[in-house]
Amino acid sequence: MGWFWKFTNSSIGKKLVMSITGILLIIFLIIHLAGNLTLYWGEKAFITYAGTLELLKPLIRIIEVLLALVFIFHIINGVRVWWGNKKSKPIDYKINAKFKNSSIFSRTMIQSASIIFIFLVIHLDTIWYPYNVGTGAENLYGIVTSLFAIPLYSWFYIFAMVLLGFHLNHGFQSAFQTMGWNHKKYFPLIQKIGTIYAILMAVGFASLPIYFLYFHGR
Amino acid sequence: MDEKKLNIKLKIWRQSGPNTVGSFVDYNVSISPDASFLEMLDELNNSLEKNNQDPIVFESDCREGICGTCGMVINGEPHGPLRKIATCQLHMRNFKDGQTIWVEPFRAKAFPVIKDLAVDRSAFDKIIQVGGYISVNTGGVPDANSIPISKEIASEAFDSAACIGCGACVAACKNGSAMLFVSAKVTQFALLPQGQPERQKRVEAMVAKMDEFGFGSCSNTYACEAECPKGISVVNIAKLNHEYRLAKIKSKNVEV
Repeated sequence: MGWFWKFTNSSIGKKLVMSITGILLIIFLIIHLAGNLTLYWGEKAFITYAGTLELLKPLIRIIEVLLALVFIFHIINGVRVWWGNKKSKPIDYKINAKFKNSSIFSRTMIQSASIIFIFLVIHLDTIWYPYNVGTGAENLYGIVTSLFAIPLYSWFYIFAMVLLGFHLNHGFQSAFQTMGWNHKKYFPLIQKIGTIYAILMAVGFASLPIYFLYFHGR
Repeated sequence: MDEKKLNIKLKIWRQSGPNTVGSFVDYNVSISPDASFLEMLDELNNSLEKNNQDPIVFESDCREGICGTCGMVINGEPHGPLRKIATCQLHMRNFKDGQTIWVEPFRAKAFPVIKDLAVDRSAFDKIIQVGGYISVNTGGVPDANSIPISKEIASEAFDSAACIGCGACVAACKNGSAMLFVSAKVTQFALLPQGQPERQKRVEAMVAKMDEFGFGSCSNTYACEAECPKGISVVNIAKLNHEYRLAKIKSKNVEV
C-alpha cells in the first residue's frame, strides 16, 4: 500500500481527500438542516423527529463514527494542505492585488474553517454531549431553545453560519474541480448550484437562533 | 520632440544575490508613453550604468510575448495590470503620470531569487524533463495526416500548448502552486494520439517532480488563470486531477 500512501500525500491526493470528505459533509449538512427545521413546527414535531432518530440508535451510532472520521480527515488534511501551501509561498508580495484575480471566498478557507471548527466544538459540547452522555432525562428541545435564548451564543452561531456559507460557496465548486469534473456545459451550473446551496445552508441554519432569540413566543 | 513624457515613481526590489536580504529602492523616471515596460527598465539601467551603479537584473528575450522569459510582479500582479499579455507587451501608456509602480520578483519557494527581479525557474525545466515529451519513432517519413484528429481536439490541445512556461501562474498563486503549468503540459499530450504511450507515466512523474520542488497544492482560487499571459484555462487543472487520479488507480507503477 506504499503507492496509496504516496498518492494520498501528493499535492493532488491531499486535495482529493478534501474533495471526497467535503462532498460527504455537503450531504450531511442537507440532512442536518432538514432535521433542524422541524423546530419551526414546535416542540412536538422536533421531539418526534429526535425520537425517530432515537429508534434508529444503533445505526445512528455507526453513522456518527463514520461522520467523525470524515470530519477528522477533512480537518487534519485541510490544515496540512494550508500549512504546506504556506511553506510554498514563504514571502508574500508587498503590494497585494489578490482581490483582482480571485474571490474572497477562495482565499479565506482556512479562516472560515477555523471559526467553523470552534463552532463545532461548542456545538458538540453544548448540544450533542448533554443529550447523548447526560442522564437521559434531557429534553433536546429544551436544551436547544434555552441555548438560543442566550444572545452571545446565538450571535456566535449566526456568525459561524455566515462563514459556513463562505466556506461552502467555494468548497462546493472546488470539490468538483478537484475531482476533475469541470465540463464546459455543466460547470457554470455547478458553480451556481454551489452558491445557492451555500446561501440556503447559511440562511437555513442561522434563521433558527434568530427566530428563537427575537420572534419565538413574542 | 514635444511628446508628453510620463513621470513615474518606481519602487523596485533590489537583491544582490540568492542568500542576501533585499529591499525596495526608489527610482524616478521620465518616459515616453509608447515605451514598453521593459524598455523603460532598459532606459533606467542605461542611466544607472552611466552613473556607475549596478543595473537592475531582469530577464527578457523575444519581447513579443511568445518566449516566456520575461516576468515580474507589477503592482501585485504578475505581468502587470492588463490581462493576457506578458510583461514585454505592457506599455507605459497604461500607467498614469505621477503614478507609483511597485516591481517585485516572482515569489515562490520553488522560484528562488537569483538577483533583483530574476528568479530561478529551472524547476519547470526539470518537470518537463521527466515527462513533457513524446516518443517519436525514427524510420521512414509517415504520410501527412495519417492519424485522424478532429479539429475540435486539435484546437483544444493547442489551447493547452499555448502555455509559454513563464511561471506567472506560480507567482499569482497564493500557494505557489505550479498546477496550471503542469496541467497545460499534461493535457496537451493527453488529448492527442501521439501522447498516449507515456500518458500514465507522464502525469505520475510530472506531479511527483512538481511536489519534490515544493510547489503548493491547488486550492482553486483561479488566480493563475486570471494572470496567465496566454489565458490558459483552469479546466486544464481539472483534467490534470482526473488524469492523475486515473493513472494512480490504473497504472502498475507502485514506486512513484
